[in-house]
Amino acid sequence: MNTEKNIKTLIVKKPLKLDCGKTIRDFPVAYETYGSLNSKKDNAILVFHALTGDQFVTGINPVTNKEGWWSYAVGPDKAIDTNKYFVICSNVIGGCMGSYGPSHKDPDQKIFGTNFPVITINDMVNAQYNLLDHFGIDKLFSITGGSMGGMQVLQFISNFPDKSKTVIPIATTSSHSAQNIAFNELGRQAITADSNWKEGNYTSNDTNPGKGLAVARMAAHITYLSKKGLQEKFGRKLQEREDLKFGFDADFQIESYLRYQGSVFVDRFDANSYLYITRAMDYFDLAKQFNGNLSEAFKNTKAKFFIISFTSDWLYPTQENKDIVIALNSIGSNVGFVEIESDKGHDSFLLDVPDFLSALKNFLDKSYEEN
Amino acid sequence: MKNEFQVIADLIEKDKKVLDVGCADGTLMKFLKDNKNINIRGLEISKEKVQECIAKGLTVIEGNAEKDLKQFPDKSFDYVVLSQTLQAFLNPELVLDELLRVGKKAIVTIPNFGYWKVRFHLLLKGTMPITKTLPDEWYNTPNLHMCTIKDFFHFVKSKDIKIFKSLALNNLNSSIISESNLGVKNLFADLGIFLIEK
Repeated sequence: MNTEKNIKTLIVKKPLKLDCGKTIRDFPVAYETYGSLNSKKDNAILVFHALTGDQFVTGINPVTNKEGWWSYAVGPDKAIDTNKYFVICSNVIGGCMGSYGPSHKDPDQKIFGTNFPVITINDMVNAQYNLLDHFGIDKLFSITGGSMGGMQVLQFISNFPDKSKTVIPIATTSSHSAQNIAFNELGRQAITADSNWKEGNYTSNDTNPGKGLAVARMAAHITYLSKKGLQEKFGRKLQEREDLKFGFDADFQIESYLRYQGSVFVDRFDANSYLYITRAMDYFDLAKQFNGNLSEAFKNTKAKFFIISFTSDWLYPTQENKDIVIALNSIGSNVGFVEIESDKGHDSFLLDVPDFLSALKNFLDKSYEEN
Repeated sequence: MKNEFQVIADLIEKDKKVLDVGCADGTLMKFLKDNKNINIRGLEISKEKVQECIAKGLTVIEGNAEKDLKQFPDKSFDYVVLSQTLQAFLNPELVLDELLRVGKKAIVTIPNFGYWKVRFHLLLKGTMPITKTLPDEWYNTPNLHMCTIKDFFHFVKSKDIKIFKSLALNNLNSSIISESNLGVKNLFADLGIFLIEK
């Protein structure tokens, strides 16, 4: 899964002490870039991917041969214009697209599986920070990402307050809610309940917990959409049949759609990575890192923030995004906020939502002009 | 840019930090930012207007002044501007208190219901007045709490709010309102502009 030759990798020599207490060293961070870094090196944007994303932001992903996950937003003349900006994105550690993760081998050449250390959002951004040194970038123009990508944005600017001029967290939260932990746990249980999971050692047993991972994906996928969006797209439409079949096949289009989403996901994602990354999200509580005061996380940064939420996102609802705005306003930070009207649910940030894309583009381009 | 904004801008010194509450499309914000080097923020309820502000490169928070001013710390802005919106709030008194808490000073403008054209309209036609500053019909106006310059003047006095400057605006002319000329200004100005502090 991670041996494709199209993957660029930075081997981080510097030891990284993880939140769990363990230290990793000489580990790979897989990344991709788009556009070119200008001579002043002031046009770089670090993009952070969400739970199931990877470094292949736009264009055709050379591993899956599918469109990159943020193709609507990133590319020539798009909201994040690669004619203008140098976009960097890396696979999170714990992931399965080339960065150090549970499908890698330990020093004894045994596949880690669940012996891989539990990682956090903080560990992820600390690992990715090494890319700035790699490219010789003193200060990024912007950092952005949606969902778990937004969590990394918040953690990054908290850890490295003077390393980005602008900060764009999208459809995210500063603290994973009980509801979100619950959904993640459902996914993890589906994976570990699959007898092919083999306590995480499926690769050496030549099996794959595909059924469990597919169910995890199906359940999660529902949370990315809105009731209205689902109803409008599928309603009670039947799948290639005139009438109900009185059985347990996929009678309804929505069932067929979810099954398809589950099956294609299994082809590109590692079950153990799913466990590790959802855990990192659950552990994310930025306010707790600052004794319950979220404002403290941002008190050392002069960066300009722009926070975006979506009306129909019930996974990372507007109020959770607004809590970040409130924390920033209470310390007089430069923060803008907009809630975009969309019935596409949490997934709105990944889709063709014109108001969102134009807001993102205008914010970036106007901020860059002021540089 | 409308004359009202020019008068407001003249009340604000260079390099200050200003919050424009109900900033609409950001015209005043942009002017203050470009011409007076103002560190400017906006609060706006309309998604469409917020987008227009973002397109101008302005820092705007989508929100409702009646709920969202409370997130700003005490005296965190040199000036808070509220242009022709006070009468549209459910609770104008609360909003006014909030403006004066968040801002060291506040600039509040009100469409004057005491303007002679308004009075004549009601007196002669017997229907709800429609003027340049009050363009809506009674059934679709956002204005819930209309007041006159005299009403507002007395109101702020009764709340022990200090008035630094009060101006009457009629077309392109602005003039100082004082206790002695209040009756006249209340008749001939269609807009009142108040610089206040608590």
